[in-house]
Amino acid sequence: MNPRLLFVLRRLGLTIPVLFVMSVVIFLIIRLVPGDPVRTMLGFRATPQSIAQVRAQLHLDDPLWMQYRDWVAGVLHGDFGQDFVSKAPLSELLAQRIPVTLEITLLSMLLAVAVGVPLGVRAAVGGRWARRLTEGFVVFGISVPDFWLGIMLVLLCAGTMMWLPPSGYVPFLEDPGGNLTYMILPVLTLAVAEAAYIIRTTRGAMLGVIGRPFIVYLRAKGTKERSIVYRHALRNAATPIATVIGIQFGVLLGGAIVVETLFALPGVGRLIVTAINQRNYPVVQAGLLVVATLFILVSLITDLVVGFIDPQVSDRGKS
Amino acid sequence: MTALLDVRGLVVTFPAPGSGLRRKRVHALSGVDLSLRRGHTHGLVGESGSGKSTLARCVLGLQRPDDGSVVFDGTEIVGLRGSALRDIRRRIQPVFQDPLGSLDPRWTVGRSVRESLDAFGVGSPLDRERRVRELLDLVGLSPDHADRHPVQLSGGQRQRVGIAAALASGPDLIVADEPVSALDVSVQAQILNLMARLQRDLGVAFLFVSHDLSVVEHVSNEVSVMYLGKIVETADRADLFAGPVHPYTRALLDAVPVPEPDARLVHVPLSGDIPSPIDPPSGCRFHPRCPRRVDSCSRELPALTPVEALNSTGHTPHRVACPVVLPARP
Repeated sequence: MNPRLLFVLRRLGLTIPVLFVMSVVIFLIIRLVPGDPVRTMLGFRATPQSIAQVRAQLHLDDPLWMQYRDWVAGVLHGDFGQDFVSKAPLSELLAQRIPVTLEITLLSMLLAVAVGVPLGVRAAVGGRWARRLTEGFVVFGISVPDFWLGIMLVLLCAGTMMWLPPSGYVPFLEDPGGNLTYMILPVLTLAVAEAAYIIRTTRGAMLGVIGRPFIVYLRAKGTKERSIVYRHALRNAATPIATVIGIQFGVLLGGAIVVETLFALPGVGRLIVTAINQRNYPVVQAGLLVVATLFILVSLITDLVVGFIDPQVSDRGKS
Repeated sequence: MTALLDVRGLVVTFPAPGSGLRRKRVHALSGVDLSLRRGHTHGLVGESGSGKSTLARCVLGLQRPDDGSVVFDGTEIVGLRGSALRDIRRRIQPVFQDPLGSLDPRWTVGRSVRESLDAFGVGSPLDRERRVRELLDLVGLSPDHADRHPVQLSGGQRQRVGIAAALASGPDLIVADEPVSALDVSVQAQILNLMARLQRDLGVAFLFVSHDLSVVEHVSNEVSVMYLGKIVETADRADLFAGPVHPYTRALLDAVPVPEPDARLVHVPLSGDIPSPIDPPSGCRFHPRCPRRVDSCSRELPALTPVEALNSTGHTPHRVACPVVLPARP
């Protein structure tokens, strides 16, 4: 069989146990949080009878393994359950929320890569000032927490300068321009740290490649410096860069929870935060499941991309 | 006939390891002259640390000398930058010792060979593709090899790729720095024969750097022997190997193992190691180890002097930097 296809299949097979373990953890972790969803729903004046009735309705008295089995069975059929509070089916809710989170994270990722990779290359091959400036940016980006940076951006761009709306959201399909305007600050907030990590990784990987003998050889052959840097060195440095971008995607998804709350964006992150406060088990489970699955998917794509860049990674399956 | 490559008075020093205001310098080359005719091979031999690789790097424009000049086909290379340097480099191509380290591991070898064709814009893309196949054929590889990565080839095949890549831009000179030292002996012979054939067919000149005398004898027209940053003897191959004059050359040639178990050892082997290039000996660099030294050797630095009487072939004057062994001049 084609070794590359085999690599893809093997890698896909590996995600199944990961998804299983993850679903168990997600299921248990929200139930470990003190507080009772029924009491939260009915308020503290609820009678013991009504509490017992609602608990029975929601199958909260079933043994844990049975609740887990029912949940997984539903998810496998595309039914994520019902919102405890609003009684709405979660599949529709998620269908509205996922695109928002995806838009923020993907735009941040794109911006961070577009800025981070070239700056990282300059930091490796450029002069002293290029190196100092990028190093300063890296330290800033890695040290500053996203919630603080978000607030400062709001204060500056929305408060003082009144360039941009402080918060809010319109769907892209209704008003593309408006949608992107609302996205600027959240995306900027997330992209700064992301870009800092990408710069640091790119610089390190490039320095490792630039020192290798084939670069001297190419220079002696009269290859153009730009071609040496971008076509040879960057290509060889691409594996760690792609890996870090993939791992950072998980960090971005975590950051999306903060940023969605800060900028009042109707994404999965804010959904989870609200649901945790209400002990709204099905919503928390569904939200976490979506975020975790997205991360697993991105790791899968990262591995495939790395396998494509570096034939040796996928060749390992051959022998 | 004018020389293709003319090196005059080349001096290269490096900062010695360590720090401080009065940092010493490593004297890698201390005034080296060398000339190479079109289509010839000039072999450069010496121990490690003798400066032969530094000389190769200067010719490739990878090392800026402190002093001296490198003239290639009438153009001074030292100090060239940017596109002028690239134009020259198109005509001087390198082949390095470690072919695996020289080739981009992510690129197929076909693409590596093709690169200089693309960079210098030779012909149409289709022509270049055809040219790559031709070049691979020329160095004895099959066209299928073009789609492989360097790790998938053997050492000898990689060095063939290295040679094909060097030939791609149609150079006049190939600087080969220890091109066969990393290879098995049987493969060495194949690569050396390949280089000899290419030289005969294409008329490319080679500056051939090696520590291995038998390899240099096999490929060179002229040979220069280096010791501690100086050339001590230079001559036609036949002259040098038949009648070495400088005590160092003689010691080197004597040290070549004779494949004859009963042969008696007639020479006295050199004692000691090559001195440090940070504090090279005064006078003749070789005098501390020289079996024939006289008092003046530690004071006067001998120049390379032509020896008419020793020249049998008539191409290159046989030149030696040792007044002791030279016959008295008329």
